Amino acid sequence: MRRTLPLFLTFVVGMFPIFAFFVPHRAVSDLNQQLDTWLVIVAAFALPLGVVNLVGSNITKIKRKQKGWPYSIVLLAGLSVMAFYGIMGGEQGFHPKFQYMFVNMVSPLQATMFSLLAFYVASAAYRAFRARNIEATVLLAAAIIVMLGRIPFGDMLTGGRMTPLSEWIMTKPNAAAQRGIIIGAALGAASMQIRVILGIERTYLGKGQE
Amino acid sequence: MRLWYAFIMIVVCFNVWFGSDALAVEIEDFAAQDTPSDGGQSIDLRWVATGRGKVFILRSTARDSAFSVVGEALASDGAYTDFGVEEGVNYYYRLGWMSGGDTLQTHTVGPAVAKSNWFRKYRSNALVTTALMFFLVITFVNRAKKGHPLYIRRIAGLSSIDEAVGRATEMGKKILYIPGILSLSEIQTIASLSILKHIAKLTAIYGTDIEVPNKDPLVFSAARETVREAYLEAGKPDQYREEMVTYLTYDQFAYAASVTAKMVREKPATNFLIGSFFAESLILAETGQAVGAIQIAGTADIPQLPFFVTACDYTLLGEELFAASAYLSHEPVLLGSIKAQDVMKAIIMVVVGIGIVTYALGSEFIKNLLLTR
Repeated sequence: MRRTLPLFLTFVVGMFPIFAFFVPHRAVSDLNQQLDTWLVIVAAFALPLGVVNLVGSNITKIKRKQKGWPYSIVLLAGLSVMAFYGIMGGEQGFHPKFQYMFVNMVSPLQATMFSLLAFYVASAAYRAFRARNIEATVLLAAAIIVMLGRIPFGDMLTGGRMTPLSEWIMTKPNAAAQRGIIIGAALGAASMQIRVILGIERTYLGKGQE
Repeated sequence: MRLWYAFIMIVVCFNVWFGSDALAVEIEDFAAQDTPSDGGQSIDLRWVATGRGKVFILRSTARDSAFSVVGEALASDGAYTDFGVEEGVNYYYRLGWMSGGDTLQTHTVGPAVAKSNWFRKYRSNALVTTALMFFLVITFVNRAKKGHPLYIRRIAGLSSIDEAVGRATEMGKKILYIPGILSLSEIQTIASLSILKHIAKLTAIYGTDIEVPNKDPLVFSAARETVREAYLEAGKPDQYREEMVTYLTYDQFAYAASVTAKMVREKPATNFLIGSFFAESLILAETGQAVGAIQIAGTADIPQLPFFVTACDYTLLGEELFAASAYLSHEPVLLGSIKAQDVMKAIIMVVVGIGIVTYALGSEFIKNLLLTR
């Protein structure tokens, strides 16, 4: 029963969206939306588990004075203050102080992390475009053509030939390779989903392959 | 401000008065019917128009009165779908347009009634493909159960897992396993948990430290169960610690900041980045590269693949990620489904090949056969 019930539920919940994809009847689509809502509710129940773990692990870190423990104080303080004003906002919407902290602290921090990507892209590109072998040299040449094709300078140098060449690389060889990977990945995902729905793949249940 | 409103009104009146004169419209064959193969939430309108201009869709539940405007379309479109209807109610329609300052209307059509249907006919091709995929998986799994030998090619990224875990063991450092940032409803996350179980078994056997930081609370719960089970199966339940699987935050970039900080502070020997990733992929992979960790990545998110290929030592590309559990376990039953996947791929290749040839010869039959909505 301990194994059969989860497998039965997986089969029903896995088959239903496939059924709903082909059956447009309102009764079916309503039930499908209901399943999505249940997923959100289950996730909401799991969230406190995560918060308890986060608070517990950071308190332990502070107690043991582990490496970087002052950051844990900042984390716990931030979590408590944001949660306090978030709850205080109630049904009327966001508390003004919550809004203030979100706009002036959380958003700039998110933007900072995102903007770091520019530097990471530069360092990754430097490593990827070193012409160490034939494949890397082809990659470097394609990258130079595509980059020059994106700016007026490229067309100025080549009398307007760079943009069409760049477009050709993006829409023909590049798109063909991407579609190959997409078809393979989609089939892989479909195969994995069928394994899960039919109970052939059970590792995610933590019950082995018996 | 009033001047501005006055100016806008003049422009609008000018357009209505002179514009409609210039764009005279004549409507013929106006008809309304239930949208086929839908859930009873819309009615299709069709007409044939001569001339250009805008037409207004007028709707009523009575044949001769109380018509109100429910939408507008270009006359040249010749079609409009009204989504603001209730199932089972009789609706009557007219088309209206401006001509020389007068409002003209077509005759009334209807009643049209929106009905729920039990099958989307335009998805018949997808149904056949789904049924074929199920059939192939079940057939090859049964063949595998009967003992037919199945071959699976070597996947470098998966074969190097032992080497990566061994390196962390020799160096006495921890392994960081990042299961992506999406929830359990994402199939890549489930594939990632299968690989996590295999790696956790290895760390249990070798006595290596592993940490699994999570973004999604559902994945956190499932990952904790997976690692605990792996230690139990390896016969080392006493070595399992709760802090091996941790929850960080639900925010994408806060998660990336926390994981990169762990990499910089604790310098793990091995990083696994397996699952579904977005913009944080390169931040994580480049930081791992900078601290000198051996990195194995795997994702089916096409935009992130180049970043992983550049910054990681091994990358599982798309389908290799989903084949991992079969490859690592060598279970014949699981390998059977991989074989089915390959057969399906061969069928698709043949169909696409025939489609290319027939399309070049002027036939759109295969193209239309593969189209779906």
